[in-house]
Amino acid sequence: MPSTNYFELFKLPQTFSLDVAILESNYRKIQSESHPDRFVTASPAEKLASMQTATTANEAYQTLKSPGLRAAYLLSLQGVTAIDEKNNQMPADFLMQQMEWREAIEDAENASDVSTLENLLEEIGIAGKSLQESLKNQFQHNHLSEATDSTRKLIFMDKVRADILKSIEKLD
Amino acid sequence: MALLQISEPGQSAAPHQHKLAVGIDLGTTNSLVATVRSGLSSVLIDDDGHALLPSVVRYLPDGDIDVGYSAQAAQSQDPANTIISAKRFMGRGLKDIDVSLQPYHFVDNNNEMLQIETRAGIKSPIEVSAEILKALKNRAEKSLGGELVGAVITVPAYFDDAQRQATKDAARLAGLNVLRLLNEPTAAAVAYGLDNAAEGTYVIYDLGGGTFDISVLKLSKGVFEVLATNGDSALGGDDFDRRIFCWILEQSKCKPVNAQDTRLLLTKAREAKEWLTDHASAQITSILSTGEVVNVSLSTKQFNELTQTLVAKTLAPTKKALRDASLDIEDIKGVVLVGGATRMPQIRLAVADFFKQSPLTNLDPDKIVALGAAIQANTLAGNKSGADLLLLDVIPLSLGLETMGGLVEKIIPRNATLPIARAQEFTTFKDGQTAMSIHVLQGERELVSDCRSLARFELRGIPPMVAGAARIRVTFTVDADGLLSVSAREIASNVEANIVVKPSYGLSEEQILAMLKSGFSAAEADKQARALAEAKVDAESLLEAIKNALQQDGHLLSLNEIKTIREKIDALQANIHAGAGDANSNAIIRATEALNAATENFAARRMDASVSRALAGKNLENLNL
Repeated sequence: MPSTNYFELFKLPQTFSLDVAILESNYRKIQSESHPDRFVTASPAEKLASMQTATTANEAYQTLKSPGLRAAYLLSLQGVTAIDEKNNQMPADFLMQQMEWREAIEDAENASDVSTLENLLEEIGIAGKSLQESLKNQFQHNHLSEATDSTRKLIFMDKVRADILKSIEKLD
Repeated sequence: MALLQISEPGQSAAPHQHKLAVGIDLGTTNSLVATVRSGLSSVLIDDDGHALLPSVVRYLPDGDIDVGYSAQAAQSQDPANTIISAKRFMGRGLKDIDVSLQPYHFVDNNNEMLQIETRAGIKSPIEVSAEILKALKNRAEKSLGGELVGAVITVPAYFDDAQRQATKDAARLAGLNVLRLLNEPTAAAVAYGLDNAAEGTYVIYDLGGGTFDISVLKLSKGVFEVLATNGDSALGGDDFDRRIFCWILEQSKCKPVNAQDTRLLLTKAREAKEWLTDHASAQITSILSTGEVVNVSLSTKQFNELTQTLVAKTLAPTKKALRDASLDIEDIKGVVLVGGATRMPQIRLAVADFFKQSPLTNLDPDKIVALGAAIQANTLAGNKSGADLLLLDVIPLSLGLETMGGLVEKIIPRNATLPIARAQEFTTFKDGQTAMSIHVLQGERELVSDCRSLARFELRGIPPMVAGAARIRVTFTVDADGLLSVSAREIASNVEANIVVKPSYGLSEEQILAMLKSGFSAAEADKQARALAEAKVDAESLLEAIKNALQQDGHLLSLNEIKTIREKIDALQANIHAGAGDANSNAIIRATEALNAATENFAARRMDASVSRALAGKNLENLNL
């Protein structure tokens, strides 16, 4: 199966800033037509095709909906691998920031302090929003190396957020 | 007797005929079946007018199987052979469940799905559930007048892969074509959403007899998108009964009671719970088999105190689901209550308090799931329905693989929209390695020992290469039923690796086939017994008629003719009275036919004679022609 361009799939321009409402409505339109529920009584071949289309649509939707994954996907379309296990260079100041966050999470978790964790979540959320603004510009001007840095940061921030949520869940 | 020609079911159907499809709510305590007729979803009732079928199966001494109210009524007399709440055992091993208070003789199956020893033999929860499904299938086919094309069967959203697979296997044993396994809260959302033209973000709070689910859904123009789901597949109304049961024992200072009394008091506890929905206190009285008298009074306040930890246990998953959906309480437009246990006032209060709004209760919490499932079944079967319905559901628990050190690496995260496929690449550890084993787990925890083992796969036939050179891509696919399948391929050589699947819980394909076969041979034996009985009845009524005819009109026959008929009568009688082992319905039928043939002329002559007799002495005017 030829790999599908996720932006083309949802009839969206290949840019970082996208209209989430169009993404959602086009996703639903594709699922309305291709979801396996529409092929319960169809032939095995049609069932398989429906399964593949619906699976791809789900994957594409999740990728484009998340700003970090969307940025990494845009880079991959230009031949840039944002997340590579061998090369995860980060600016020193961002590494410091990350370490601070991790320490704060650990302390709050040990102190069973959910409200601090929730504040951290919000803080990182705001930092993420401003990164997304930078990414818009970087992609617009095709500054790929800067965009790669920002994308890595964004994806790492998503991981930190996931860890905070896990900690909160543990304390609940 | 070819007067009534009835065509094979399904074959005479006109091209655009309405296909018979049902939704089945296979509940812990009660089950229901519903269908869409004339565009309306309605629950099908039994001959006595009951919509609910208690999910109780009793194996009777005479080999019969009783399902429903009569089985439920016998539960405290015959607890070991009367299986209640079998749903709690689906896809579970003995170590997963609390065996205290269970009157059954469990069979430990070495970490496989538990079984129960009954007087009808060893039964798996799948077989017990299949009996309930059969009863509902019969009800539906009787009520709808035809064979079902298929059924949508609901499962708790928080059911894992083993529990879902077990449910599907039960349906297969019951002879049902499963159109889809549908999550109970999603089914409820469909019924509620369509009934109320609801749009926006809703929460379904579903506390059943033995399971708790919470689902957050976005409803928009006929699309029901599950944003997150969470729950506890071992928490339900049953647990509230148990709290009362323990309290009764404590209050009346009873000794540990036997299985019969346990069932008796659990029933009393359930009745008290239901009574307290509309009353301030419940009187619980009972005489135990030991002669001890139980007579205690339980107030609403006491009941609330006894069960407050259970109520609190539903709120933790609720918070998780909201967080996974990245939503706050203010974002929720409405909270729909589902499941009989949500009738308890303390539940309604807790939900109202948590969501800061009164829950929605305008649909019957017992029926809403079946009604929604019927709507989905109708759509899936291809019957035109008014609404363009689309359900986008999620996987409730993450899927992962065992890695070095007993840790789990997540492959598919919880709340991912279905269907979903993810691939993971593996490589070999040693030179020339041709096989590797892969352990699939489901759950959120980091350690293998804290997650549920779903299956172990062995990949064989990997071409021998140096360590680390082979690239084996394993693809995990979860379909719209929430069921996992796995395929593997070595990329460099493009060799498809063989996968040997050993389900950790649940039945292997061979076990299912064996059960289907034994079910079939039992059905075949039943059919033969019925055919024999019918043949005997037919033969005896013919013999009776001929003996009478010979007595009345024997003079119409020659001696020779009488002799032939007598021989055929003797032959038929010999066949009827053959020993139990030799009795053969076909032989009886053949002898009956021979006697019929031998008496054909006799019958004709008798007809003539009786007409002459009737006409004798009458003129044409008096004849009523």
